[in-house]
Amino acid sequence: MAPTGQRRSSYSRKAQYSLFTGYIAAGVGALVGAVLLGLSLWQPGFLSGLTGTAQDAATPVTQPVAVARTESKGFVDAVRGYYRAGSQNAALKREMELARIRLGEAAAVEQENRRLKALIGLQDEEAKPITVARLVGASAASSRRFAYLGAGRADGVAVGMPVRSPRGVVGRILEVGNYSARVLLLTDPESVLPVRRAKDEVVAFAEGRGDGLIRIRLINLGINPLEPGDLFVTSGAGGYYQPGVAVAIATEITDDGALARIVSDPAATDYVAVLPIFEPTAVTGADTPVETELGE
Amino acid sequence: MNPKSRSDTYGRRINRSHSTVVATIVPYLSVLIASLTPMFFIATALPIIPPLGFMMLLAWRLVRPGLLPVWAGFPLGLFDDLFSGQPLGSAILLWSVAMIAIELIETRFPWRSFAQDWFTAGLILLVYVPAAMLVSGGELTLVALGPQLMLSILVFPLFARLVARLDQMRLTRWRTVG
Repeated sequence: MAPTGQRRSSYSRKAQYSLFTGYIAAGVGALVGAVLLGLSLWQPGFLSGLTGTAQDAATPVTQPVAVARTESKGFVDAVRGYYRAGSQNAALKREMELARIRLGEAAAVEQENRRLKALIGLQDEEAKPITVARLVGASAASSRRFAYLGAGRADGVAVGMPVRSPRGVVGRILEVGNYSARVLLLTDPESVLPVRRAKDEVVAFAEGRGDGLIRIRLINLGINPLEPGDLFVTSGAGGYYQPGVAVAIATEITDDGALARIVSDPAATDYVAVLPIFEPTAVTGADTPVETELGE
Repeated sequence: MNPKSRSDTYGRRINRSHSTVVATIVPYLSVLIASLTPMFFIATALPIIPPLGFMMLLAWRLVRPGLLPVWAGFPLGLFDDLFSGQPLGSAILLWSVAMIAIELIETRFPWRSFAQDWFTAGLILLVYVPAAMLVSGGELTLVALGPQLMLSILVFPLFARLVARLDQMRLTRWRTVG
């Protein structure tokens, strides 16, 4: 490509000045960007109203696209289903029989559970979802892992509420607009979630890494008891999530825990449920600084 | 007589003129639309879609130098920040710096082939994608970076072609004179 010749600004004072002003403006722009970036890293809530409004404006467009996307995926799945129908049918039948046995066992356990809970006077209420909505979009090009939800303040959604799909935990509400909300996915680098191993009481933190995996960090360090294939569920600590919802499966063992894959991949999810915060008092307690607590 | 004999790539010449509005607005509008596009993709666990808005800006800047001013990174980056999920200010800073960097590269190498432009874009993406990941608080791992980076660099020629096509549309004589 030939040079544009615009750089040699001739004898015209006007051309020289406008070129110079352009450079100044670019430098100032970069500086303003750096300041804004520092502000939004230092005080994440400060500028979030702006992005919430922008998201509200875009939601009407993203909604129909999300519908079309999930429906076309369903069609592909249907075609693929016909292709491997025979062998899959046999395998499914075997699996079904095993599942039926397990289900019977689970019913027995549940019954016993209910009896024991009644014995110690613990009441067990099932949390009703605040709303059920679609994930209408995501920050697909950024390493911050957000998804956008097609429901907002008007539907009763509030900051901090857990979001789950039928398979397991998806994330937590981070920002709310009027008709849309931003969901912090589990794989986001800022996401931390208290979990325990499903089969016993090994407690750990599940931290996002931003690359699709989750790092499981054990709280009690010592001999690492984890094995690949271990399922982790929410422990209920912290008060945000209900205990016992599936989170991740360990794939690789590290020194202080494991690397795990999430159970509920947001790419495979269409509808999600927004649940109320499990123990609001625990959350406000954790938010209160120690000084205020002592002062009372 | 062949009705096309009096027209060129940009349409009929007699009685027609370029539209100032279209000629000005097309580069900016295409970058804005490209900034919005990643939102429509599946909510993947891994960032895999190239930074489309930034790639569109790069393509306009490298394929049609002199069209976008040096400071264009500021307004376009601001819009991208609203929708990309990055902390506000990251695109403003990185896009402005990228525009200034291309300006400097252009002073050093005024005559370039497309391969050189692709190399420039590749280098800039090689810095931009990890930098965007760093300011958003992520860890630099190959698993997270690799796919997005490779895809971005490989897809740049497509963006260059797209910009060439848009440029042709931009300079079509839309306006009827007299």
